[in-house]
Amino acid sequence: MKIMVAVKRVIDYAVKIRVKPDKTGVETQNVKMSMNPFCEIALEEALRIKEGGMASEVVAVSMGPAQCVDTLRTGLAMGADRAIHVDATGPLYPLSVAKLFKALVELEKPGLLILGKQAIDDDCNQTGQMVAGLLGWPQGTFASKVVLDKEKQLATVDREVDGGLETLCMDLPAVITTDLRLNQPRYATLPNIMKAKSKVIKKYTPQELNIEIKSDLEVLQVTEPPKRKAGVIVSSVDELIDKLKNEAHVI
Amino acid sequence: MATRAIHRAFAKRTVPFLTSQSLFLSSISRSVSTLVLAEHEGGSIKAPSVSAVAAASSLSKDNSISVLLAGSGPSLQEAAAHAASCHPSVSQVLVADSDKFSHPLAEPWAKLVHLVQQKGGYSHIIAPSGSFGKNILPRAAALLDVSPITDIIEISESNLFVRPIYAGNALCTVRYAGANPCMLTIRSTSFPVPPISADSKSEASISQVDLSTFGEDAVGKSRYVKLTSQETERPDLGNARVVVTGGRALKSAENFKMIEKLAEKLGAAVGATRAAVDAGFVPNDLQVGQTGKIVAPELYMAFGVSGAIQHLAGMRDSKVIVAVNKDADAPIFQVADYGLVGDLFEVIPELLEKMPEKK
Repeated sequence: MKIMVAVKRVIDYAVKIRVKPDKTGVETQNVKMSMNPFCEIALEEALRIKEGGMASEVVAVSMGPAQCVDTLRTGLAMGADRAIHVDATGPLYPLSVAKLFKALVELEKPGLLILGKQAIDDDCNQTGQMVAGLLGWPQGTFASKVVLDKEKQLATVDREVDGGLETLCMDLPAVITTDLRLNQPRYATLPNIMKAKSKVIKKYTPQELNIEIKSDLEVLQVTEPPKRKAGVIVSSVDELIDKLKNEAHVI
Repeated sequence: MATRAIHRAFAKRTVPFLTSQSLFLSSISRSVSTLVLAEHEGGSIKAPSVSAVAAASSLSKDNSISVLLAGSGPSLQEAAAHAASCHPSVSQVLVADSDKFSHPLAEPWAKLVHLVQQKGGYSHIIAPSGSFGKNILPRAAALLDVSPITDIIEISESNLFVRPIYAGNALCTVRYAGANPCMLTIRSTSFPVPPISADSKSEASISQVDLSTFGEDAVGKSRYVKLTSQETERPDLGNARVVVTGGRALKSAENFKMIEKLAEKLGAAVGATRAAVDAGFVPNDLQVGQTGKIVAPELYMAFGVSGAIQHLAGMRDSKVIVAVNKDADAPIFQVADYGLVGDLFEVIPELLEKMPEKK
């Protein structure tokens, strides 16, 4: 079985972002970019499944501008066998990404598609569900544990839901999206980074995949959230209780 | 696209002709009608779903709101009755009663939404952005070939919305310019439900969804196994008036009990940071933050929480924030209304002693 993993290039999670003065978006020039943390977890899970003898190949896929190749190299250095870059410019919303994935799935015929549950830039939490819907595959979203049964072609997934943990059993092929607690992603070692340079990254354009990138969404402006007014530092528990009672009136 | 528009126009024309009023409504091209996907439990619909109805009612004045419930058994009928009276603007409750919906699985639910949309031709479909809505709505949107919009905090016009991006560090105003339906999940803390007075209470009609065309192929590819949940008597984290949160500085699950004791005294819900969850002090469903729950209580008390971007994303809209931390430079103090620099192992026992009992 082949596993396909989606990886997105986003602003590093530790960077304090700045909104552009003209309100058209967030400053991305000269800002550290990294692989989306949930995508790292997705790739790690795919690698573990392969190392457990349940999969033969792990293919990492990224969509977007030319720099996505750097993210794919990181994925190859972690252990992915090969990569696919869909070269697309301009805004790429989850619906288009899902359609591109569907086209790639039809070409590559993976038995499992793993994505992060959300990208930490747009915070959409949509792509996995949408590609599952388009393919008619079952979906195991927000996974914190994945167990595969190769004989029966089943995936058992523990999902992080509002009330606790929900367990689902799905027929393969399926789509899984990863939550934070699924695993601890590995670091790429120097020899593996060197090896990754000779691995293949295949390039497609949306036209080659017969997908028209269109959008039914329009971003009008991006602004900073309202600032909270400055707080005070109290010196004792008594003062704190007094303030909460007589100033804030919350207790 | 064109064929879909014609199909929709046709679907719209076949339904009205019943009263002059509905004829009038169908002649307005951008009339608003909303389907709310509701989650229910134990015979009543959940609070975030009522918030979704409140959000729907703010879309437009003459919005006709239908609530869709799915499930099986007597608790579904009780929930339908509750849905019919949960908010004065609900005009219709649609009930899909089938074993296929015993658990809220995404595959049959998305098919159901597709089916109901084809019959009803709604302009908007809304769900609360909890794990239920986030799981189901994007899948249904893909089936309907439209872009969904996640976690809306403000509705400016019927197609103009504000949502947070980058863990709440920026607000994005988006216009939906696509075909109907416009599909949204809403952040329930941004759409509070006003208390319903007895005289404004109205009973909406309840009708069953015709499932005769609902294919068997919609189910069977995934099966529900079990739900593991922690029983607790404390209020639900998402809706609590007061939230008491602990971070890594609590050092152990044993020490975390101090947080729970304080929460009990205040009638508060307990929250946690990712560090506290990863260290195994508390279960994951208590995590507050970008990837956990989003809360906006009247009082948020953070003990031993440094205030990482990802945690602030989940609580920055709280009315009053209190932070207790040993480190005077901790980022949490930048958002706190009241900060106390001190050792939480001394502060919490003192608070336990001096805080007034819950009202």
